[in-house]
Amino acid sequence: MKRNGPILSLTSILLYCFMYTPIVVVAIFSFNASKYGVAWKGFTTKWYGVLFNNEQALRAAENTLILASASAAIATLLGTLLGYGLSRYWFPRKKFVATLMYVPVVIPDILMAVALLMFYGLMRDALGIFELGLSTMIFAHITFQIAFVAVVVKARMVGMDPALEEAARDLGANRWNVFWRITFPLMFPGIMSGALLAFTLSLDDFVVSFFTSGPGSTTLPILIYSSVKRGITPDINALSTLMVCASVLLVAGVTALQPRKNYHEK
Amino acid sequence: MAHASASPSSPDAAAAVELQNVEKRFADFTAVTGINLTIKKGEFFSLLGPSGCGKTTLLRMIAGLEFPSSGKVLIAGQDVHDVPACERPVNTVFQSYALFPHMTVRDNIGFGLRMKGMGRDEIRVRVDKIMELVQIGQFAERKPHMLSGGQRQRVALARAVVNEPTVLLLDEPLGALDLKLRKELQFELVALQRRLGITFICVTHDQEEALTMSDRIAVMNRGHIEQLGAAEDLYESPRTRFVGGFLGTCNIIEGSVTNRGPGGASVTTAAGPMRVEFRKDSDATRRDKLTLGIRPEKVRLREEPGNEQENCFPVTVKELQYIGSETHYLLDCSGLQLSAEVMNSKVGSQGFEAGQKAFVYLPPAGLVVLDD
Repeated sequence: MKRNGPILSLTSILLYCFMYTPIVVVAIFSFNASKYGVAWKGFTTKWYGVLFNNEQALRAAENTLILASASAAIATLLGTLLGYGLSRYWFPRKKFVATLMYVPVVIPDILMAVALLMFYGLMRDALGIFELGLSTMIFAHITFQIAFVAVVVKARMVGMDPALEEAARDLGANRWNVFWRITFPLMFPGIMSGALLAFTLSLDDFVVSFFTSGPGSTTLPILIYSSVKRGITPDINALSTLMVCASVLLVAGVTALQPRKNYHEK
Repeated sequence: MAHASASPSSPDAAAAVELQNVEKRFADFTAVTGINLTIKKGEFFSLLGPSGCGKTTLLRMIAGLEFPSSGKVLIAGQDVHDVPACERPVNTVFQSYALFPHMTVRDNIGFGLRMKGMGRDEIRVRVDKIMELVQIGQFAERKPHMLSGGQRQRVALARAVVNEPTVLLLDEPLGALDLKLRKELQFELVALQRRLGITFICVTHDQEEALTMSDRIAVMNRGHIEQLGAAEDLYESPRTRFVGGFLGTCNIIEGSVTNRGPGGASVTTAAGPMRVEFRKDSDATRRDKLTLGIRPEKVRLREEPGNEQENCFPVTVKELQYIGSETHYLLDCSGLQLSAEVMNSKVGSQGFEAGQKAFVYLPPAGLVVLDD
C-alpha cells in the first residue's frame, strides 16, 4: 500500500479530532467531581453510581432496550424478506418498488416523525387504536429500520453467485434445503449486520421517538433531552458516555461481520 | 403441450440424452431452435460454438435449470419434462465452479450424497475415494477461497461425479484456467471420463479443446446445430462456411459451375477454372454458384507448375510468417487471397521470399463445397 504524505495525514488527524473531540469531552466530564460548570475538580466515578440509583434513568434504559430489541427483531425479519425478494424475484414495477425502499433512508427524520404522529392520531380517532406508548414507538422505528436492513441484505445477495443455488439444486437439494443450507448461511452475515444496524438506529433515535412516545415510555435519548433543558448534569454525561460505548460496540460488530476480501468467489 | 408432441420416435436404448425438436424462447429472443440430438451412453460429447450460440441454454435444459418452450428432453429414455433439477440423474460442473464458500472441500463434495440421505460413514468413504481420484485429498478441510483455480476445478468435478450421475454436464470447465493448466486438465478430463464411463456433455467455445477431448462434436451457431460429427469429420469435411471458419482457418473461394460431371464439376473462379469433387450426399450437384473451402495446410506451394493438369495456378507471395516448424504464407492468386501453411521438412533453407512468383496446387480432394 502507498504511504501517505504528511499533509494528508495531518488533514486526517484534524478531521478525526473535529469529529471526536466533543464526544471525548463528554466522556471526560463524566468523571469530573464538580457538579456544575466546566471547572475540573478532580476524578470521580460517583456519577455512574448516581446514574445506577436513578430510578428514572433505569426505567428509560429498560424502555430503550425493549424498544430497540423488539423493533430490530421485527424489522430484521421483514427487511430480510424484502431484500431477498428484491434480489431473487422478478415482478412488475420492481424497479419502482426497489427505489421506494430508499425513501425512508433519505427522508428527514422530522418528516417521518410528524407523519407518524398524524397517522397515529387519525387511527386513534377512527378506530381507537395506536394509543401513544412503547408499541407505537416500536412500529415507528420498524418503518425506518426495514429499509436499512433490506439495503444491507440486498447488497449481500447481489454479491452472491446465483450459480451457488443452482448448483445446490443440481446436487439434489429441494427448495427448502437450498434455502436453509446455502442461501441462508450465505445471507446470515448480512442479516446480522442489518439487525445490529437496526438496533443501533433505534438506540440512538430521538426525533421519531420523541414524537411517538407516550406517558411512561420515555427512552434514554428523550430523558437526556429533557434533563439538558434543566442544565447539563454530570450523570447525564455518564449516561451519554455509556450510550456512545454501546453504539461503538455495535458498529464494531457490524464491521466485523462484513465479508473479508476474496471470500466471495466470482 | 410438450407431452402432446407429434414426434413418434421411440426412445433409443443406447442414448444417454435425446433432444427432440427442442426450442427455447426468452422474452425477446429465441436462444435455440429445432434441436434434434442424440447423445450416446459413455460418450464424450461437446457443444461447440461462439458465445451466444445457445450451447449453455441447451446444457441448462438438460440439467433442468431451464425448461424448453417446446420439444422434449429425454434422459436415459425418460421424458424429464416434469422432473425438477434436483431429481434428474445429471450433475453439472459450473463455469464459475459455484463451490459453496461456507463449506469445506469435504462438505462440498459430500453435499449431493447428503441430499440423497446417505449415511455419514458411507459419505466419508465415497468422498475420500473421489478426492484421491482427482488428487485433492490434502485439501479436504480447506474452504474454497483457500484453493487455486485448478484445485477448485477439481473440487467442482469431484462434487459432481461423486454422485455417479448418468450424465455429467460441463459448462466451459476449463475456461477460467491458464493455458498450461488447461492442456493438462484436458487430458485428465478425458482419462477420468474413460475410467468412470459416465457420459460427458461439455460446452466450450474453444475449438481446440473440443477437437482434442470429444468423441463427437456438435458445432452450434445462432441457436441451431450447424454440423455434428467426430473431430476429424468436422475438420476435414466442414459442410458450412461457418464450420469451416470456426474450426481452424479455411480459404474461401467463390465460383460458378461451368461443366458438370459424375461426382464432380468444373468451377470458374477468380483464379481460373478449378476441378472439385462432390460429397455423395451433397445437394451442391444442383447448384450453379458454389462456395469452396480449402485448409491452408492442404494448399501446396511450389516453384514450378508441376505435372498436374488442373487446379494449378500462378501466385505471388505477399507476406510470410516463419513459425519454425512451418511457414505461413499469404498469397495473391490473380486477385484471390489464399493462405498456405507449409511444413519446413527440408534440411537447410526453406521456401519462398516475399514478392517471389510461385505456383499453388489445390488438390481436388482437399477442396470442399460449403453451404452458406
